[in-house]
Amino acid sequence: MKPAVRTGSHYITGDVACAEGAIAAGCRFFGAYPITPATEVAEHMAERLPDVGGTFIQMEDEIAAIASILGASWTGVKTMTATSGPGFSLMMENLGLGVCTETPCVIVNVQRTGPSTGLPTQTGQGDMMQARWGSHGDYELIAIAPSSPQDCFYHTILAFNLSEKYRVPVLVMADEIVGHMSEKVVIPDAKEITLVSRPKPKGRKDRFRLYEPGPNGVAPMPAIGEGYNVHVTGLTHDERGYPSMTVEAQEQMMARLKGKIRNNLDDIIHTEEYLMEDADIVIVSYGISVRTGLTAVDEARKLGYKAGLFRLITVWPFPEGRIKALAKKVKAFVVPELNLGQIRREVERCAFGRAPAIGVPHCGGWVHDPDDILKTIKEAAR
Amino acid sequence: MKPEERVEERNPIEDFLRMDRIPHIWCPGCGIGTVVTSFAEAMKKSELDLDKVAVVSGIGCTGRVAGYVKFDSFHTTHGRAIPFATGLKLANPELKVVVFSGDGDIAGIGGNHFIHAARRNMDILVICVNNFNYAMTGGQVAATTPLTANLSTAPFGNFEYPFNLAYLADACGATYVARWTSLHIRRVTKSIQEALAKRGFSFIEVITPCVTLYARRNRLGDGLNLLKYYYDKSEMKHGADTRTVDIDFQGKIIVGKFVDKDKPTFLECMNTHLQKTLGDKYVPYGVKP
Ligand SMILES: Cc1ncc(C[n+]2csc(CCOP(=O)(O)OP(=O)(O)O)c2C)c(N)n1
Ligand code: SF4
Ligand SMILES: [Mg+2]
Repeated sequence: MKPAVRTGSHYITGDVACAEGAIAAGCRFFGAYPITPATEVAEHMAERLPDVGGTFIQMEDEIAAIASILGASWTGVKTMTATSGPGFSLMMENLGLGVCTETPCVIVNVQRTGPSTGLPTQTGQGDMMQARWGSHGDYELIAIAPSSPQDCFYHTILAFNLSEKYRVPVLVMADEIVGHMSEKVVIPDAKEITLVSRPKPKGRKDRFRLYEPGPNGVAPMPAIGEGYNVHVTGLTHDERGYPSMTVEAQEQMMARLKGKIRNNLDDIIHTEEYLMEDADIVIVSYGISVRTGLTAVDEARKLGYKAGLFRLITVWPFPEGRIKALAKKVKAFVVPELNLGQIRREVERCAFGRAPAIGVPHCGGWVHDPDDILKTIKEAAR
Repeated sequence: MKPEERVEERNPIEDFLRMDRIPHIWCPGCGIGTVVTSFAEAMKKSELDLDKVAVVSGIGCTGRVAGYVKFDSFHTTHGRAIPFATGLKLANPELKVVVFSGDGDIAGIGGNHFIHAARRNMDILVICVNNFNYAMTGGQVAATTPLTANLSTAPFGNFEYPFNLAYLADACGATYVARWTSLHIRRVTKSIQEALAKRGFSFIEVITPCVTLYARRNRLGDGLNLLKYYYDKSEMKHGADTRTVDIDFQGKIIVGKFVDKDKPTFLECMNTHLQKTLGDKYVPYGVKP
């Protein structure tokens, strides 16, 4: 076998960096289905997994790909799949199964432009709301947005760690440009990478309850084949994991599914701030749009505007608290994104009328011209 | 009778069922329970490490089986039991993975997964309860409904050609294919035992009465009438050419073991091939040293 962590400095694409991040995080099962611009994640995993004692399978469609990683995860293995818009749509039902059964797994969506086949396969950020609400019913999950190949490496590890810790599917919401661009990616020594594994049950097997929450609200998870005789269902279930068709059971299950995320927001939400100390115009941005946003901030500063950038690494759950606090002191938010205002609306909701959230909409296909963002900053400052 | 005396009466298959979930939801006269009994019997007789058995169901009346068997068991989404099971098996090759689901689940919405798992010779056993309809949703026409049978979405009778599931499985490469009716309790048990002892994609179809919907709508009488029909009209033909085992409405049902052959499984093919191409640096996957 070869070392799982390819320590060193590499010049690789974001897609390959996602795959390397996954291997470094301990991912040993990948269920694939090809789709540009995510195919290279699968291709790289197909080549790498045999090196490190893992399995790769190209399934018959994306529904099968996600179903396979959910199954594989219950054997105690860390699992991933990668897709783009059309495949992401096909995965929605089983994403819900993953949430409901609290199955750790990572799904990479290298976004392209939609709706439908759209502009294959140019960049877009139009799946952000689908990431949040695409499966039916109410639920919480975690979504992370990388802005560079280096991020792809670290954020995929972060995705695995959060997924394992909170027993929830985690989405890595990249986009075509981040996925396809080649940049320097530094992979550290294996021992410098912090890895988290799902909590394991202790104590007597006959007293074990599959969904009895631990101290942070997350229930320990046995692997199958260990003699726990677990029953896992997408039906509303009680703490034993048994179906329970009552309003009370639904309430209890939902409280647990929601609570384990909402009560740990400080741990889950990762953000970055750039020139925010005195900023009165705040760009709120994520993914590829952070890069154009930063250029616009620098330009604005040169012209004397007090611009700053608030970067969402974790997009879901949304950093409501920080936006709320900022809304009290800033003049306006500017939200450039490669869609017609999905996250802008979220910012507006959290700002609660205290500061306007001005979009810089873009239909996708290419990134913003930083001048368009700058123009919006100037307007907002007026 | 006092409770302690009842211990005597304990059914020997109770060890394989989640007795704390009984009573089950199935209608009186439904055949699904009989197939579960055969499955439990087969498990009892098998020499498997029961901790290493996993049962996966999709959604439907039959989909509820996963909730009643005392193994690691998964009640997944409609049609997706097979790819879920594929993940289980590949990530832990030590497991014996059994998919237990309905005809609609396996051959309708999940048909694509079914043919691909057979093609890959994925090492799983698929037990398909074929009641000729989508029962859970109230008796709609299915991909297995015989011509002319009446169902709620075929109110004037079915005019679509049905699947011959045994032929489909065979054509896609399954290494074990058998068909029985739920009347053939011992045959089903034996068939499950045989299939469990094999490696590769095994498929057992069990024709099963849905008394409440299929039988009532087609005026076929109660469960007993259907079992009588199975008794009168089943014809055992081991090794029958699967192309010839179509089922007509209330017609002859050819039962038996149609296919029993050996060929390398997905994982065996993967290991052999990667060893050949990558040489010594490849460590065979899932093989105990
Ligand atoms: C995606 C999806 N579509 C539709 C349904 C509704 N549904 C539940 S069970 C079922 C049919 C089940 O038929 P079969 O697999 O033959 O099982 P049976 O109830 O006959 O045992 C359908 C259509 C669903 N649960 N999920
Ligand atoms: S509806 Fe039909 S298949 Fe479902 S439990 Fe009743 S008899 Fe059985
Ligand atoms: Mg059916």
